Amino acid sequence: MATTAPGNLLMTTVERAANWARTRSMFPATFGLACCAIEMMATGAAHYDLARFGMEVFRASPRQADLMIVAGRVSQKMAPVLRQVYDQMPDPKWVISMGACASTGGMFNNYALVQGVDQVVPVDIYVPGCPPGPQSLMHGILSLHEKIMAGEIVR
Amino acid sequence: MSPLLEHLAGAFESVEWEESHGQDVAHVSNEDWAAFAEAAKEAGFEVCVDVTAVDWLRQRPQRFEVVANLLSMSQMTRLRMITAVGREDPTVASLTPVWPGANFAEREVYDMFGIVFAGHPDLTRILMPDDWEGHPLRKDFAVGVVPVQFKDSHQVR
Amino acid sequence: MTDEQTANREGGRPPSDTATDTLDLWVAGTEEPEFQPTDEGTQEFGPDESEARLDDQFGRVITDDYVFDDEVEEEERMVVNMGPQHPSTHGVLRLQLELEGEVIRRTKPIIGYLHTGMEKTAEQLTFSQGPTNVTRMDYLAPLHCELAFSLAVERLLDIEVPPRAAAIRVLLTELNRVSSHLVALATNGMDIGALSMMIYGFRERESILAFFEKSTGLRMNHNFIRPGGTAADLAPGWKDDVAAILEDLPKRLDQYDDLLKRNPIWLARTEGVGVITAEEAIAESITGPALRATGVEWDLRKAFPYSGIEQYEFDVPVGENGDVYDRYRVRVEEIKESLKIVSQVMDTMPSGDYRIDDRKITPPPRARIDESMEALIHHFKLFTEGFKVPPGETYVAVESPRGELGCYLVSDGEARPHRMHTRAPSFYNLQALPIAMADSLVADTVATIASMDPVMGDVDR
Repeated sequence: MATTAPGNLLMTTVERAANWARTRSMFPATFGLACCAIEMMATGAAHYDLARFGMEVFRASPRQADLMIVAGRVSQKMAPVLRQVYDQMPDPKWVISMGACASTGGMFNNYALVQGVDQVVPVDIYVPGCPPGPQSLMHGILSLHEKIMAGEIVR
Repeated sequence: MSPLLEHLAGAFESVEWEESHGQDVAHVSNEDWAAFAEAAKEAGFEVCVDVTAVDWLRQRPQRFEVVANLLSMSQMTRLRMITAVGREDPTVASLTPVWPGANFAEREVYDMFGIVFAGHPDLTRILMPDDWEGHPLRKDFAVGVVPVQFKDSHQVR
Repeated sequence: MTDEQTANREGGRPPSDTATDTLDLWVAGTEEPEFQPTDEGTQEFGPDESEARLDDQFGRVITDDYVFDDEVEEEERMVVNMGPQHPSTHGVLRLQLELEGEVIRRTKPIIGYLHTGMEKTAEQLTFSQGPTNVTRMDYLAPLHCELAFSLAVERLLDIEVPPRAAAIRVLLTELNRVSSHLVALATNGMDIGALSMMIYGFRERESILAFFEKSTGLRMNHNFIRPGGTAADLAPGWKDDVAAILEDLPKRLDQYDDLLKRNPIWLARTEGVGVITAEEAIAESITGPALRATGVEWDLRKAFPYSGIEQYEFDVPVGENGDVYDRYRVRVEEIKESLKIVSQVMDTMPSGDYRIDDRKITPPPRARIDESMEALIHHFKLFTEGFKVPPGETYVAVESPRGELGCYLVSDGEARPHRMHTRAPSFYNLQALPIAMADSLVADTVATIASMDPVMGDVDR
């Protein structure tokens, strides 16, 4: 949208409004795999509430989600499934790679894991930790919001 | 040795008994594996807790060891059965006719070591993808380490 | 309006002349048994509808089997795939269900989507690095995994940890059991529909995780229970934190009972669902709450006590029917028993070392490294090479929240294990899913899986 339309005041405001709307109501797709999934659930629970950022529900169907938080280690058997779920999500979509195993393979540098989920899907934010606490995950999500608002991610 | 096991020991002459850190271990020959299992179940070991294998590549004359841990709830004892399996044609009788709970465990041993369990209802890969080649827990299967370059290290272009 | 039409409108009751005088409430069950269906005219059902079918459709007769009178052929069975990405399969479990209408005839669990090669990794790590690896297997009960591994290493080394270390281990593992059962209740409730149960369960868990973070440094995957004892002593003021947990939790458990225990919807969805008999459970090597719910009183803490747990008094809750409701009740009662143990540990915590004093196994305190050359050398050797364990093999099992969590450890005299195998309780409990779900409805699948409480990290390792 930003590359094809001429830059004038009206388009910029619309683009900013669109970005604002996208960040304020992102629905994550449930892609919790391992220990990070438990911390993701804890982030969505009452103590560290994710619903206050607009992430009210975790949509089970990827067709209704726009954010995929890959929470956990991705094994060789799971990688095609991950790609398929990512492909099923409609544009605009973002990916947060949560945890050390999703970002780089973590402590399991072996035959069984994909060493970093960015070998399978494009990643926007990497959240380190093993597992990252809810505060780290929220910081990652809010950084993603900032990146989208600032126009760094153009879809 | 508890009376339960003395009875078993009497029935099978070829079995070597050992005590390993307070637990009884029976080294059974490959041919007697199924028969010993049935006898153990008759004697009161109702539960087969675990079936696994060890790869003694070049350290022992027979390459693999199949280990089954048994538990008797009524007598509150444990027993371990170990058998040695060779490198060529690693086959051992399946324990699923005696204890159906050994089903998944034997599939995992097949997947990870390549040991075939004769008489298993569905011996297919369970943890690795179906078209994976090789048996990962064998000692000659590499770990698969991907070299990691650290930020401050000498950059390799 | 004719009498007949009025009768049709009110479902068969003619209007009463004294309707204005008395309060004519319609009380369920007092209507006349004759139900007159309306005249459908040209839309009437065809003459080939059997009486039985009409009874079924009008609700005169309610049949509980969801397969109609006419036989369904084998080819008409439908194979449905659930997962691996599914909100209710508790991780990446894939189930293939062969359905006949709404009834499940066969189930095939397909696992391996979280296989991490942890047993291969364990052969590359030293014995003191082992707990970092093992703790990520059953990630809801990480301290139990570490305990099983540490006990196995200690048995191969033939050492005994000091009583304070054993007591700290019991304290932490019992609190871990509580937090794991809270997640089980939370996800169990959420999957069946009691969405607030999810919030309640995780809210309680936060207080326990805060205590873990204070003691071990991490909320999950602690790497705290190591061969030789524990990594550090408990933080000062731990008694107040534990006392606060012990005071809050029982009241919250009563709240859960208010929500679930006598709730007709909960009872209808959990009683008689996912039944496993005791013989089936023993044959399939099921352990833990799933086994105790069938009536078998088997708990490793009573049968083969470890880490000094025999000094504490607690009961083992046992169910009767082996259905989802009984597994839920067993878990709630186990939380109460664990809190009892925690309170006893808190009162009787011995003083002393938190790890064995053998410098060949446990590293010296950091401050000592500046003072003593031997301490420096021990620290160096332990963290670069690791301690060597004499050759041997052993199997040690602990009672994790899911069942018997065992560690089969083989050493050949080196600093790294030759073979480390974990007997994962969820791996064996999943074998029972086809039995629990045979001839049940698709809608009960979610309840059954949730009640078996599988943790896929444990299953796939």
